Amino acid sequence: MTRMRYLPHTPEDIVAMLKAVGLDSLEGLFAHIPEDCRRREVLDIPEHLTEWELNDHMDMLAGSMAVSPEYKVFVGAGSYEHHVPSAVSFLLGRSEFVTAYTPYQPEVSQGTLQAIYEYQTLTARLLGMEVANASQYDGASALAEAMLMAIRVSRQKTVAVSRAVHPLYRRVLQTYFEPTGLEIRELPYLDDGTTDLRPLKDMDDLGGVAVQSPNFFGCIENLEDIKQTLQNTKALLVACFTEPLAYGLYKNPGQCGADIACGEGQSLGIPRSFGGPALGMFASKMKYVRNMPGRLVGQTVDLEGKRGHVLTLSTREQHIRREKATSNICTNHSLCALAAVMYMATLGGSGFRELAQLNYDRSEYLKSALARAGFKLPFSRATFNEFVVEFPAGFQKTYQRLLKKKMIAGLPLETYYPELKNHHLLCVTETITRADMDALAREIKK
Amino acid sequence: MKELNELSFPDDVRYAESHEWARSEGDRVKVGITDYAQDQLGDIVFVELPEVGDTFDKGEEFGTVESVKAVSELYLPVAGEVVAVNSSLEDSPEKVNNAPYGDGWMIEVKADNPSELDGLMSKEAYLETLKG
Repeated sequence: MTRMRYLPHTPEDIVAMLKAVGLDSLEGLFAHIPEDCRRREVLDIPEHLTEWELNDHMDMLAGSMAVSPEYKVFVGAGSYEHHVPSAVSFLLGRSEFVTAYTPYQPEVSQGTLQAIYEYQTLTARLLGMEVANASQYDGASALAEAMLMAIRVSRQKTVAVSRAVHPLYRRVLQTYFEPTGLEIRELPYLDDGTTDLRPLKDMDDLGGVAVQSPNFFGCIENLEDIKQTLQNTKALLVACFTEPLAYGLYKNPGQCGADIACGEGQSLGIPRSFGGPALGMFASKMKYVRNMPGRLVGQTVDLEGKRGHVLTLSTREQHIRREKATSNICTNHSLCALAAVMYMATLGGSGFRELAQLNYDRSEYLKSALARAGFKLPFSRATFNEFVVEFPAGFQKTYQRLLKKKMIAGLPLETYYPELKNHHLLCVTETITRADMDALAREIKK
Repeated sequence: MKELNELSFPDDVRYAESHEWARSEGDRVKVGITDYAQDQLGDIVFVELPEVGDTFDKGEEFGTVESVKAVSELYLPVAGEVVAVNSSLEDSPEKVNNAPYGDGWMIEVKADNPSELDGLMSKEAYLETLKG
C-alpha cells in the first residue's frame, strides 16, 4: 500500500501497534474476513492529477453542461434560479457558520442556535404558521415527515395526496409509507390544473390531505376550500410547496388554514447545484408541536435573566426517545437554513414582495407571448412563476433546435404524466430578462 | 429522588409493574401513575391522554407522560373504554407530581372485566418489586 501523507501513522508506528496486538502484518487484522468476501484486485481509479490538471478536468466537465447564465433555462419544477445577494454568500462562508457542529452544548453554541432560531422565526412568519423546526433534508422528506405527523395526530392509517404534488415528492412519500402498512390515496387533478376534491367526500378515514400550492403545474390551489371540505373530519391539511417566494404575492398556508406547511426552501438564497443540497422547511400549528419531527431551537433566559437559546422539546427526538421518536432523522440542514434566513433578512418584507411581483410579472409576460404565438395554455388557474404550455405534436424537434440556441424550453411533463403529451412546464424568474423571453417566443415559432 | 419510605402508597389502589395504579370506583376504574413513578420522572411538563370513547386492551399504551428528563408511555392496567380524562392536566401537569393519587389522576375507564383488578399487585407486593 502506498502511504499517503494524510495518513498519520509512520511505518514505525504501524510496526509498534502490530506488535502490541501480536500480529506480523496488517493483513493479519483482516484474517477473520472470509476469503470470498475480500477484494484482491486493485481499484480501477485513475492516477492522481496535479492541482492544475484537476482544474482543467473540472472546467471540461463544467463546460459540458447546459447551465445559466450561458443557457437560458426556462425550467423550475422544484428548483429555481434566483439571484443571490453577495452578502448572503459572504456571511455564509464565515467559518463560524461553515464549521459549526450540532449545537447540543448551548454554552458553546449560542451563535448557531440564535441563527437557527431566527431561521425558524422567519420561516414561521413566511408560512403563516405558529412554529417551525430547524429544517429537514429537503422538500420531499419534509412532506413525508408531515404525512407521518398527520398520521400520529389523527391516529388514522390513510392519507390522500394530490397528483398535482411534485411527482418526485410523491415517490419519496411512497418510499416512507410502503413498509409501514399505511395507505396513500391519490387525488386526481381537474381540467383547470387544480386538485379534484370530490373523491374526498367518500374518504372519511383520512389522517391527512397533502396539496401543493403553487402546485407542480404552477397553479394556485384553493387551500381554503380544501380546509372547508375537511371540516368535521380528523384529517389535517398539509400544505406543500416548492417555491416559497410565491407567498410574497399569494396567501400563505397559515392564512388558508393549513395544519402543517412543508416544502423546499432552495429558492431562498441556495444555488441550484444540480439538485442539492436542499432545505426542507417545516412548520405547524403550536398545538401539534409535540408531534412535530426534527430539531427545534427555543429561546429562554439564563440564571442572570439574559436571553439565551437551547435545543428544546428534545424528548420528541431519537437520541432520547429511541424508536418512539417523532422522526428517525436526528439532524437538520443548518447551513442551508442559514442561507435562507440570511436571504430573507437581506430582502426584507417589502423586498420579498417586490421580488415575488417581479417573478409573477415576467412569467405572465412569457405566458402572453406564447399564447399570442398560438400555443395552448391548458390550465386556466392563476399561476406564480411557472405554467404549463401545450405544444403541437412533434415539438421535440423544436426543443432540440432551441437547445442548440442555448434555450431550454421547459420540462416535458409526459415523463411524469403520460396523459400530458407535448405539455411542457415553463418557469420564469427574475433572472430571465424580457429580451430572453422575446428571443424564446421568436425562435419557438420558426 | 426520595427514599421509598418518603413516598406514599395508599391501600385503596392496585398497582401495575409498569408503575400505574388503578382504583375501583363503583363500575369505573380510575387510573394514574404511582408516587414512585412521578418521583423518578421528575418535573412533569406534559401529559398526553386518549379521548373519551377510545378502547384499550389490558397493558396497551393509552398515553404518554413527559418530564424534563424523559417521555414515558402509559399502559392501561385493565382493559376497557375510556369514560373520562383529566383534562385539567393539560394546563397543570404538575398535579401529577403533587397529588399522583388525587388531582393527578389521568383517566377513568369502564372495565371490560372488573376482576382484572384482582390480578394487579397490592401495596405490599408493589413495594417488594421496588426494593428489587
